[in-house]
Amino acid sequence: MTAFILRRVAVMIATALSLTFVVFFLTNLGPNLEKLAKTQGNVRMSDEQVDTWLANRGYDRPLFAKYGEWLGIVPGFVVEQPDGSLRGRCFGEADTLPPGAPRFCGVLQGEWGYSTVFRGEVGEIIAIRLGLTAKLMLWVMLLMVPAALLIGVLAGMREGSRTDRTLSSVSILSTATPEYVSGVIFIALFASSATGLKWFKGTATSAMENATFENFFLPVVTIALFGMGYIARMTRASMAEVMQQQYIRTARLKGVSFRNVVLKHALRNALIAPFTVIMLQFPWLLNGVVIVETLFNYKGFGWTLVQAASNNDIELLLGVSVVSVFVVLVTQLLSDVGYVYLNPRIKVA
Amino acid sequence: MEPLTWTGALSPLLPVLWTAAAALLILSVLRLVCGFVLAPGEATTHADGTLSVTRGPLELIDTAALWTLCATLAVLGGLLVGGAALGHGAGIVGGMSRQLVPVWLALALMLGLSYAFRRRLGLYGKLFDSTIGVSGFALVMFWVFAALFVSFDLIATHDPLAQSAAMKNEPPGTPYTRMIGEVAEGSYPYFLLGGDNLGRDVFSRMIAGALVVVQIAPLATAFAFMVGITLGLPAAYHGGRLDTVLTFLANLILAFPVILLFYLLVTPEIVATGIPSYMAAVMFVFPIAFFTILLNSRFHTRPRLRTPLLIGVVAVLGWLYLSLISERFGAIDILPPSLDLFDIPGGILVVFVSVVFVNSPTVFRIVRGLALDTRTRDYVAAAQTRGEGAWYIMLWEILPNARGPLIVDFCLRVGYTTILLGTLGFFGLGLPPESPDWGSTINDGRRLLAIYPHPALAPALALLSLVLGLNLLADGLREESLRD
Repeated sequence: MTAFILRRVAVMIATALSLTFVVFFLTNLGPNLEKLAKTQGNVRMSDEQVDTWLANRGYDRPLFAKYGEWLGIVPGFVVEQPDGSLRGRCFGEADTLPPGAPRFCGVLQGEWGYSTVFRGEVGEIIAIRLGLTAKLMLWVMLLMVPAALLIGVLAGMREGSRTDRTLSSVSILSTATPEYVSGVIFIALFASSATGLKWFKGTATSAMENATFENFFLPVVTIALFGMGYIARMTRASMAEVMQQQYIRTARLKGVSFRNVVLKHALRNALIAPFTVIMLQFPWLLNGVVIVETLFNYKGFGWTLVQAASNNDIELLLGVSVVSVFVVLVTQLLSDVGYVYLNPRIKVA
Repeated sequence: MEPLTWTGALSPLLPVLWTAAAALLILSVLRLVCGFVLAPGEATTHADGTLSVTRGPLELIDTAALWTLCATLAVLGGLLVGGAALGHGAGIVGGMSRQLVPVWLALALMLGLSYAFRRRLGLYGKLFDSTIGVSGFALVMFWVFAALFVSFDLIATHDPLAQSAAMKNEPPGTPYTRMIGEVAEGSYPYFLLGGDNLGRDVFSRMIAGALVVVQIAPLATAFAFMVGITLGLPAAYHGGRLDTVLTFLANLILAFPVILLFYLLVTPEIVATGIPSYMAAVMFVFPIAFFTILLNSRFHTRPRLRTPLLIGVVAVLGWLYLSLISERFGAIDILPPSLDLFDIPGGILVVFVSVVFVNSPTVFRIVRGLALDTRTRDYVAAAQTRGEGAWYIMLWEILPNARGPLIVDFCLRVGYTTILLGTLGFFGLGLPPESPDWGSTINDGRRLLAIYPHPALAPALALLSLVLGLNLLADGLREESLRD
């Protein structure tokens, strides 16, 4: 087991390095840097001015050197400015080299860099935004997981019955409704002056400080609905499979009531597969978070991703991708490890 | 002119419709709840082999629900048929139904013919045994025909890009007027579903948006399948280092949040560097490779047939490939203009490439899983003993036997691609901002959603119905292919 986890962690690190390098490469392409210079400096800069602007800020050096600096395995750059002062990755602007300035300042040293859009430390920004998104996700999970499991178990315990068909149709409908569709429909129905049902608020900006049922319910439901159908269908398939096992038939023939067969014999075994599915849903939930936060103007992690990406804020974007890749890989690992623990029939080498 | 109401002359049908629909909803919920409380009727077997079931309250609710369902569908059908006959005399619904007459005819013809010959049509014919599958298929074909006919200029009432300042955010059914000048002679007198924030006709844009989706989504999915199959089969069949490397790469792409990938790939700056063109150049090789290997592995024992066949296929596909990737003054400009068949605008190409890129790793994993399972079968061992080549076994023994799950997944994946295209439009990526595709239209409409919901609601419901249709179709296909 330990060897398995170690191997997975090694693959995880390799994946994270490759992915951050891809992000680094794409954000550091010529046209993207030019756009960055023009948005941060002056829109009417000439090509030479763009080049000097980039050179003064250390953007014109080789890709691998810059990536190494960001990682913290290559000393941070120090560039002499036209007016004789110094600008460095690790100390900002100064007239002379500050005595206490560290040589390395990358992710390994805990320095996530500086966000050019929000003009602040990337680490702080991500921590705040991630907290807001965690609040959203907590409620999504609390709503989505029990509802999905309930629908799946009820549908799967009598496969092919009328109940099964009704609930399966509901879950098909929910998987066919992406967040930007259900969000729009919900706002139009429950938050617009067109229908007059102003039950909820169409924006969740105020929910960042003070989440209430009125301003937080719609975004939570919008994300939960899309993920719910898939988990419910997987639970249904798993439950239906378990209900066909020999030991269930034995229990029925022994005279155990249907209710007890479902609750005591089938349920535990049927919930192993959905656990994996729920864990693997995280990357998709991240998508939903980005869409819903944009639609409802909730300034969390997904909203930050959109801001960073549309403004080519390189270091913020790298931080965001590290966090999201980390979430994806850790949930994958957890799902594998958890599966082994829950299902004693599976052994890993 | 008076603005149109929703149903016009057919409005007496509306109370009937609402009553039937409400009754249906209440009965369905009641049936669901009672299903857990009440016991179903007892079935007894008689001596002569017949069965009889006692009728309890559950069966009563079932029958009532069936009748209300029939009533609802009948009223809906009446609204559509009556609307098609009366035109906009029957309000907005009538006007839309009249515009959609070619679609109704094509749909009726196709479903009727398929139903008549369903026993001779294989898996497709079996689809007609499942209500869910047929309703999904009808929904999908509705949009396919709508896209087909709108490209012949049949359904849309106005130009999807033409603006009229007098029609900004007007509600559904508003008569068409212009701020400056007169309305052109013979143009459609109403904006059936109202105007959007630039005064464009929402109905025409919704129908025109179907064309964008129906053109891109199935084709992109087919490309993703060819990439996934060409890489997934050898990964599973040979295993070893090839499998390790390919699986790592696939997991790498899958670990990327899709939206981040889109934001990194689908920007004008990246298009300017030519990266999407190079990616297209790599990815579009796969179909050529796929067909070449497919035919070569089958016919290599008959060089007389194989050689001309391969030359023909490779020449045609190669020419298409070169025309596709070669763009004048673009990143790759290899083909002289006289030979270049078509140019794909950079925006569409990058959308296409990134959707294929996102989908192929998942297809790869599915194909790999299926092939790992099929590889151990006896007929594969038999083919190996016969001395067949590796590619022959993969493409002509393993692949045909994995087709059932792959067809089902194809339907689901077209739906997923539709959702991805909508996501791209929703973030304003790739497609031009005035494009009528559903995602961009929802993005346009969402800013004023709380006051004027109709411009965003129409494309949202359209997208929902198409994806729902594809999911239902996949479900029906799965059920029927499992029954084999």
